[in-house]
Amino acid sequence: MRSVILQAINGISLGALLFLLSSGFTLTFGLMRVVNMAYGAYYLLGGYIGLTIARATGSFELAIVGGGLAVVVLGYGVDRFLIRPIGSNHLAQVLLTVGVAFVIGEVCLAIWGGDNLKIPTSAYLRGSIVLPGELYYPKYRFALILFGIFAAISLWLLYHKTQIGAVVRAGVDDREMVNATGINVDRLFVLVSALASFFAGVAGVVGGAFLTLNPGAEWDILVLALVVVIIGGLGSLEGAILGSVIVGLLDAYGRWLLPEFSYFVLFGPMAVLLLFRVTGIFGKEH
Amino acid sequence: MATSEALLAVREIHTYYGDSYVLNGLSLELAAGRIVVILGRNGMGKTTLIRSIAGLTPPRRGEVTFAGQSLIGKPPYAIAQSGIAIVPQGRRIFKSLTVRENLTLPTSALAGRQRARHDSRKHWDLAGVLAEFPQLAERMDNTGGALSGGEQQMLAIGRALMANPALILMDEPSEGLSPKLVQKVEEIMHGLRAHGHSILLVEQNLALAMAVADSIYVISSGQFVFHGTPDELSRNAGILDSHLGVSAARSH
Repeated sequence: MRSVILQAINGISLGALLFLLSSGFTLTFGLMRVVNMAYGAYYLLGGYIGLTIARATGSFELAIVGGGLAVVVLGYGVDRFLIRPIGSNHLAQVLLTVGVAFVIGEVCLAIWGGDNLKIPTSAYLRGSIVLPGELYYPKYRFALILFGIFAAISLWLLYHKTQIGAVVRAGVDDREMVNATGINVDRLFVLVSALASFFAGVAGVVGGAFLTLNPGAEWDILVLALVVVIIGGLGSLEGAILGSVIVGLLDAYGRWLLPEFSYFVLFGPMAVLLLFRVTGIFGKEH
Repeated sequence: MATSEALLAVREIHTYYGDSYVLNGLSLELAAGRIVVILGRNGMGKTTLIRSIAGLTPPRRGEVTFAGQSLIGKPPYAIAQSGIAIVPQGRRIFKSLTVRENLTLPTSALAGRQRARHDSRKHWDLAGVLAEFPQLAERMDNTGGALSGGEQQMLAIGRALMANPALILMDEPSEGLSPKLVQKVEEIMHGLRAHGHSILLVEQNLALAMAVADSIYVISSGQFVFHGTPDELSRNAGILDSHLGVSAARSH
């Protein structure tokens, strides 16, 4: 029983991390139909940069902001100078951004090496809290859950209750018509993509403090984020929220109960869902 | 009508979809405050003409000028900001947005504020649009996808008006509407002209076109085969019969 509860918290905290990564992926796809496979590498790079900042300044908060902002700059360059010129061909986008991810991975390997590294957190986030029933649980993971909830609510309010959010939703519905209404969708996309990049970089820093940063981590996290958006539905913020929790829980329970089949526990339900609902839970036909 | 007075002037435009040649050398003029109708059957290039003017499918050759400025090479959002709004075929309202969000979208800060105010035209705001379309006022918090076809058409027209355009491009607003609602669309168009708006309407509905047009062009296979007043068209049995599929007798 204790393990069931602990694994639930593990799963939800992983879900919080996955939400940070997948929300940006799903919204940029929804608005511009751009498939960017480099988000995993954005995560890893943001984490490493956050690590360097945390080591240099001793501030975990500064590391989060710095890791996020560094990826915003990189993400803008990738959008503007690599993805935009190749147009709307999804296969070309996938090949290009996978290539970008490899390049980023190699650069990270050259700078930070191949060891498993962890980002030091602030003192108030270390240690454990005691839950009812004498359950000890790392404080940090609780903080991550709260942070994920905060991020999800903020993003939900921005998306559903502001005019800029309405414009983004309109763009997901019918981008050409938004353009014909006098709104420069390309410029709007720069904003949305910057937000997505920021979240990916932040995810790398908060993830790098409890998972580890190492070569290959970008692909592990990308696979999970892709399963999130496929289950939740591409282009749907609600889908990213629900999908993150589902994938986090599947991953946690899968590793605990069926460690040899943990990937199957992840992909099996996804395959079954796709049989019945090819667009994911909240997705629409594109 | 002298060229210099035309609000919209299209000269010899050639537009393709990929390799298929859709518009071959169309020219037309629209004077401020008028309703010009392009009549033609399906697949003759009507929607492509609208899309060419709006910059959604830019012509490969030819010139489009609006209020004295060339629109060629401008992106669709810049053309919209210069004062052209579109009521597209199939309404294309934003289905996941509420009626209120649909209507206020063109007033977003992102939509640019450089539109000049024209004193000769009615200035539209949310209250004005809702007064024109009271049935939308009752459904402000419904999503666009929950509206009936007629309500969606009102919303599409209302959305266009919220941009306070000098020119409205309307693509088959009568499509899929009941005769009663087509009558309503006709009244709306008369009202818009009275308010000083200019309209370029493409239609298949001959009766609607005859009722609202100051001037009619008939399009066939990407070329105009007739240009004149509704009266002149109604007397031209050859055009009615061969390009619009109606016998002259029925048009009266």
